[in-house]
Amino acid sequence: MTLTSTAAGELATSSPAGAGARPAKARTRRSGSRRLARAGFLFVLPAVIYIVGFQLVPVVYGLVLSFTDYSPLARSGPEFVGGANFAKVLGDPRFLHSLLVTGQYVLLVLPPLLILALLLAMMVNKPFRGVGFFRSALYVPHIVSLTAVSMIWLWLYSDNGAINGLLEGVGLGSQAWLLDPDSALPAVAAMRVWKALGSNMVLLLAGLQTIPAELYEAARMDGAGAWARFRYVTLPGLKPILMYVVATDIIFLAQSFAEVFVLTKGGPLESTTVANVLIYNEAFQYNSMGSASAMAFVLFAFIAAFSLVAVRNFARRP
Amino acid sequence: MSVTLQRRPASGSGFRRWRRRLRPGSFLVLFASSMLVLLPFLWMISMAFTPTEQAFGDVSLLPAEPTFDNFVRAVEDANLLPALLNSLIVGAIAVATNCVFAIAAGYGFAMLPFRGSTALFYALIATTAIPISVTLIPLFLMARGFPLTGGNDILGQGGIGLLDSLGGIVLPFIVLPLNIFLARQYFSSSAPDLAEAARIDGAGELRVFWKIYLPLARPLVAVIAIFSFTAVWDDFLWPLVTISSPEHQTVQLALTRFLSAGNIQYGPMMAGAVIATLPVLIVFLFNQRHFISGLSEGSVKG
Repeated sequence: MTLTSTAAGELATSSPAGAGARPAKARTRRSGSRRLARAGFLFVLPAVIYIVGFQLVPVVYGLVLSFTDYSPLARSGPEFVGGANFAKVLGDPRFLHSLLVTGQYVLLVLPPLLILALLLAMMVNKPFRGVGFFRSALYVPHIVSLTAVSMIWLWLYSDNGAINGLLEGVGLGSQAWLLDPDSALPAVAAMRVWKALGSNMVLLLAGLQTIPAELYEAARMDGAGAWARFRYVTLPGLKPILMYVVATDIIFLAQSFAEVFVLTKGGPLESTTVANVLIYNEAFQYNSMGSASAMAFVLFAFIAAFSLVAVRNFARRP
Repeated sequence: MSVTLQRRPASGSGFRRWRRRLRPGSFLVLFASSMLVLLPFLWMISMAFTPTEQAFGDVSLLPAEPTFDNFVRAVEDANLLPALLNSLIVGAIAVATNCVFAIAAGYGFAMLPFRGSTALFYALIATTAIPISVTLIPLFLMARGFPLTGGNDILGQGGIGLLDSLGGIVLPFIVLPLNIFLARQYFSSSAPDLAEAARIDGAGELRVFWKIYLPLARPLVAVIAIFSFTAVWDDFLWPLVTISSPEHQTVQLALTRFLSAGNIQYGPMMAGAVIATLPVLIVFLFNQRHFISGLSEGSVKG
């Protein structure tokens, strides 16, 4: 605390001490750089305190909770139960099912999303008249909230909604998209691909723009066709950003909640009960916060493992 | 719009580049994808103006007899106006705190490195990978036990703390690590000579930051303001968990009121979605460049 207050004083009063003590030049420089370092520390301190307090402390707190039995309605505090929650949760078919659904959801969204986003990014990479319009238009779903977007699609998928209207218009029968256990998860996934396309495209576009044009020229001189240029110039050049995109996509997709809550509430027949929906219900509907925390940490472990595997695989192959 | 107009003469060899066109095939694919992306929004707007009786089985984009009834019902049924105000307030708080603390932190990491600052920076950024489900329950309990709020004593006992309050909604958004990242990226590419000159003139570090670098960083402030606002505005799970009374609902929560009814009233729901989308869409249309470049530049340079 004393350190903080003196340094804060220095910050405010533009340090006349530094100007007064002139003699040894080296000494002033060193104390000057120390002064700068201290100022830097003070600049980052509020953010550090906040993030430690509201990101790291909760993780530790959550880990502690996962070894306890705790209902927020109970008068007594959390009761230590050891690894019982983890044993219970890992033997719980509902939870294992939700992990499976989460994995299916990620797999349904990620490949089409990456392929489409890359295709579109390559098309809007060249400057041409109207490129700004396409970039912005494709980005619009990203800026609209998941809740609002899900509501639009709830109507599109409804019995008398636009999708069934179009299908009937061309002579195909209508389908109960969100009420059929076979089509509910793909339907939610299709919406998510649509929603995430723009942000993925923009990130990949930025990656494409870091690839020097000379590399393409050189490849062309060597007689490389379009596919060879894509395979040996574009893909290797995109590797870092592709890794970033895949990892963040996995991290975000595996935590999906709002779209499922709005579109299906986890149904029909739990076909869309992703892990976060189950965790939410466990913690806030059934007030079982200990086991919900255990579920959250198991999910965390899976997300971390899969995003690491994805990053590694992408790192090895171009 | 004005952006494109200004740009043409600015880039010297640009004139030729602007005239370059896409191959017809690519153009067709782009056009079709853009339409597929925009069509649901056009339907949303169309539905919002369509009288409920006509809404079903109608795939035309222009309502035959446009009406404002759905908007009136959305505002009345879902309590949308107070919810909009709540969302605006918490959004403004998050914008203010992020603009001060996240930018200061990014500046400190970029311009005033201290021992271990790089490691600390990456540790902070790594927290973005922590899943929300892991922190959701502890944050809920911490908000409930927040001292001296919501009837709590100094030990956080006795009341509901920050639960069911606007302060509670904004709690996870005070400083977003992504914003620190963007700020550091921004300042690490700005020139240090100005700071050195100012220091020789006897300016303190706070003054150098506040008077010299912050005024130059207006694009950064715009990006961080936009990200912070949309993060709070769009959030759904945290308000769902913490807010219990209707008067503290945010826009996204208020929208879900249309879902709870037995048969969903799509007209008013679409009107509500239009209202909830409009503020963000307007900000986007005026700042497209900031939205898109801010996101891409920040992530690539790192």
